[in-house]
Amino acid sequence: MITISHATKRYGAATVVDDVTCTIPGGGVTSIIGPNGAGKSTLLSLMSRLLPLDAGRVEVDGLDVATTPGKDLARTLSILRQENQLTVRLSVRDLVGFGRFPHNNGRPTTADREHIERALEYLDLTDLADRFVDELSGGQRQRAFIAMVLAQDTGTILLDEPLNNLDMKHSVDMMRLLRRLADDLGKTVVLVIHDINFASCYSDTILAMREGALIHQGTPEEIMTPEVLHRVYDVEIQVEQIRGNRIGVYFA
Amino acid sequence: MRARTSPLPDAVVQSVRKPMTALPPAAWLVVLGLAAVALIAAFLLVDLDGNLAYVLPRRLNRIGAMVLVAVAVGVSTVLFQTVTGNRILTPSIMGLDALYILIQTVLAFALGASTLLTLGAPIRFAVEVTLMVGFSWLLYRWLFTGHGRSLHLLLLVGIVFGVFFRGVSSLLQRLMDPSEFIILQDLFFASFNRVDPMLLLISAVTVTVLCIPAWRLRHRLDVLALGRDTAVGLGVDYRRTVTLVLVICSVLVAVSTALVGPATFFGLLVSALAYQLCNHFRHAVVLPVAVLLGVVALVGGQLVLEQVFAFDTALSIVIEFTGGLVFLVLLLKGRIR
Repeated sequence: MITISHATKRYGAATVVDDVTCTIPGGGVTSIIGPNGAGKSTLLSLMSRLLPLDAGRVEVDGLDVATTPGKDLARTLSILRQENQLTVRLSVRDLVGFGRFPHNNGRPTTADREHIERALEYLDLTDLADRFVDELSGGQRQRAFIAMVLAQDTGTILLDEPLNNLDMKHSVDMMRLLRRLADDLGKTVVLVIHDINFASCYSDTILAMREGALIHQGTPEEIMTPEVLHRVYDVEIQVEQIRGNRIGVYFA
Repeated sequence: MRARTSPLPDAVVQSVRKPMTALPPAAWLVVLGLAAVALIAAFLLVDLDGNLAYVLPRRLNRIGAMVLVAVAVGVSTVLFQTVTGNRILTPSIMGLDALYILIQTVLAFALGASTLLTLGAPIRFAVEVTLMVGFSWLLYRWLFTGHGRSLHLLLLVGIVFGVFFRGVSSLLQRLMDPSEFIILQDLFFASFNRVDPMLLLISAVTVTVLCIPAWRLRHRLDVLALGRDTAVGLGVDYRRTVTLVLVICSVLVAVSTALVGPATFFGLLVSALAYQLCNHFRHAVVLPVAVLLGVVALVGGQLVLEQVFAFDTALSIVIEFTGGLVFLVLLLKGRIR
């Protein structure tokens, strides 16, 4: 469970996250949606202590992210950022092995190796394990980073636009995978996502942000209505019910 | 691999880049270690005749200086490149060698170059190292205690400081008596033949003490190399670690610069070669490989200069020239990112 109270982040005069207070339930998939510049990624960075809070506090499973030692936090929550460019050249297995760093300080044990192999297997990367990360395609690289996060073995996983640069098939694979992490492994998955329909089909909870503020929180049924979506995006969006899922139509 | 998961055919994916060498990293360690030991032995023992009590301590002294510089430059460059996430930068970009030249120039200008030489090496050394470490500590503290100050800002400030120091030095050198300037200029070029034994001892202690935390940081450095966000996500105390690493770097650079003058391309040469040769990312491997490469380059280079070409020119010029060439080749091949 993530408890955010009065989280605020300013850059000079601009307030990018404005007094956000909410509770993200433990377990399940939570999507953060909103237009560009709404502060979604910044909120995620605040939750994962990649950025310091200017005001307010964030607790993940009862740990205050501002004061808890980095190592303890790294065993509670993991974060996958949008850009994952490596200046070092390393194999997929080595990359995934870094996920065990908070547990072993760089000295892998047999248990760590099992974690790594399990994570590789879970993401269907066993055959690619000895390849260099920079030789992989975009989708494979994304999966390698997810495997690292999985090897970190935290209850909470935060992802910043995990569908960025993925085609339709890989996007669907990614969302199914995140769903499985929540359903099979009991993880709390929080992601920033632009596609409202992916958010609608795969989330338990949706947070809608606009201009730094959290303006709605609810189930896909509650958020996926023309009125709410209009308030969030300022666009007329029709919502159709297709095979049990609410789909927003905004293309024309 | 499974074809369905990759948009590229296998052949394309696999031919992207091949490792430069077939030897595993551990083998390189052994090979370089043996080469270093052999070269040191050769340097000490070739043409060893005459007055042993005179020749041997002098040779040991020079070997000591070379090994120290190899350690200081190798470790500081690799560490610095890891925390800045850039394989082209070296600590000299922080303006440290420029500061060294400025200190020398100011001292020579104020006291006279001949007085500077007779001042006594340990005092000169202590003053120089203190000033350089003080400068870097102030700079890092100032840059890391504010909000929104990034490593890139730190680097920019370093470059600006470097230009400033060079500008002041060159102004003072123009105002200086030409004969004094020649004495001064001689101090700027690395030379392993002129190192004071007392200096060597102080430097050896400093470098050894600094290598302990550097070695203990090796696993954290591996994580730091993945970039700030990933490192923070994996629980590394980023600010503390980076500050510590930068301070270690600046002291090491200060020691090696004060010992034999600026030798900045040398660091780039050994770190680039170390990464190319062992094709490995762990600092537990890269650090010793870089140091051993440094020893091999310095001792081997000096040996070749003295024994084969039978002339005693400044090794630094040859090293900087080779380093520059290797650097250009690597750059053109796109291997450095």
